[in-house]
Amino acid sequence: MGGQGEKPALLVGGRRVDGRGVEDVRPLKIVARVLNDAEGSAYVEWGKNKVLAGVYGPRECIPRHDQSLYRAVVKCRYNMAPFSGAEEHGRSGPNRRSKEISKVIKEAFENVIISENFPKTEISIFVEVLQSDGGTRCAAVTAAAVALADAGIPMKDLIGAVAVCKIDGQMAVDPGKEEDNFGESDMPIAFSPRTGDVLLFQMDGLLTREELARGLELARKASMKIREAQMEAIRKVYDEPKEDRFLLIG
Amino acid sequence: MESMNEIKRDTLGALISQGKRGDGRGMLDYRKINVQGGILQNPEGSAIVSIGKSQVMAGIKFDIAKPFPDRPKEGVLSTSADLLPLASHLFETGPPSDEAIELARVVDRGIRSANIIDLSSFYIDDEKVLAVYIDLFILDHDGNLIDTAALAAMGALLSARMPKVEEGKIIRGEFTGKVPIKEKVVTCTFGKLGDKAFLDPSLDEEKGMDCRLTLATTPGHLCAAQKGGWGAVSEKDLMELFDISLEKGKELRALLND
Repeated sequence: MGGQGEKPALLVGGRRVDGRGVEDVRPLKIVARVLNDAEGSAYVEWGKNKVLAGVYGPRECIPRHDQSLYRAVVKCRYNMAPFSGAEEHGRSGPNRRSKEISKVIKEAFENVIISENFPKTEISIFVEVLQSDGGTRCAAVTAAAVALADAGIPMKDLIGAVAVCKIDGQMAVDPGKEEDNFGESDMPIAFSPRTGDVLLFQMDGLLTREELARGLELARKASMKIREAQMEAIRKVYDEPKEDRFLLIG
Repeated sequence: MESMNEIKRDTLGALISQGKRGDGRGMLDYRKINVQGGILQNPEGSAIVSIGKSQVMAGIKFDIAKPFPDRPKEGVLSTSADLLPLASHLFETGPPSDEAIELARVVDRGIRSANIIDLSSFYIDDEKVLAVYIDLFILDHDGNLIDTAALAAMGALLSARMPKVEEGKIIRGEFTGKVPIKEKVVTCTFGKLGDKAFLDPSLDEEKGMDCRLTLATTPGHLCAAQKGGWGAVSEKDLMELFDISLEKGKELRALLND
């Protein structure tokens, strides 16, 4: 949405600009436990997106007026590196967009984290977008879920997120940068696969009732693939334990 | 926490006085170093470096900027460091800490004073020059962030490509070759405890040591330096550590691809 320059054809003979079909997800690679100090961590490469998540907690909630006597407080910071985009150098620190994204990600995890177990504490989720390619908030949710699992935070479900878009009048899953910029609609969704509940839902553009239903169907199918990749990443930590933890960028 | 530091200081002091270190290294040994350059597609240059359990990613971005009034014919170089909250339980969100600012400035000084980038070649016209931004993203903190960040910055610069400029605008995704880098600047950071100096302090050693000395060198020259911490260094220390930095600099340069 809101792309500059001339809109390219986004769908030609059922193929998208990068050759995918409408139901195809870009290549997704997840590696858990890549950081040393963070209690849980995960690195996600999704298309050209490169996203790193780190989790701390449950730890003492500071400042104390943020504390709850009944549950752990979930905090989230989604941040984009100033060098993450393909265009100009970004500014360091939070802006309106990143604050909103941090908020909706936090709220999605509040649904699944069993926070009642840890009163007066905080669980902090930090996500750094190292390279962006459309769909960074979905990559952020997907990475954060694995990092939380790696940290041993009890959760009711391992959640994942994916966006759907409308390109040249058709619904398609997992929009890339160009589809994000020039598509007619963008709808990121996080599901709880166990219950089928929708935990993060945003949308812009124009959709009919049928298009919304089709979008949900596409996203639900794709989220199963994302869950598989998440599970595999967590399993690998224990199947192939590594002495040295460092990020290998593919 | 303070009592922990005191205990660590005692233990560390006992070891260091015998010329030993907590992790079994020699006094002038680096921990294991990993360098990966050109890892990102969006920025013009990038690298990730780990020294032991410390990890730093550096990104190089070019933009168009106005030249500084005192240097009207030169491009702009700007270095910043983010101590990301995911890197350490000690880091908090918020504006850059004193530590982050010092880190960025020390790395910047080495690169700037050795003139390894010809900023006059970044001149476009009297209103426009190329600005190069070096962003240091601290991903994991286990001590000696200065050397880790300086190596990442250098690795990223060596991988960087010159953006194509047309009619005063950068054409993103098109390049005119590599950014010419004259020399490799590397830093060696030493910890000092009592009268003993040791290379590449870990986080535990940093908590216990009296002071820190960073020497940035090109082959044959000192190009930037920074002492940190309350402790003192002698003239003799400075001369000895300068010699060691020149020697160790060769090892670090060998890890950086041209």
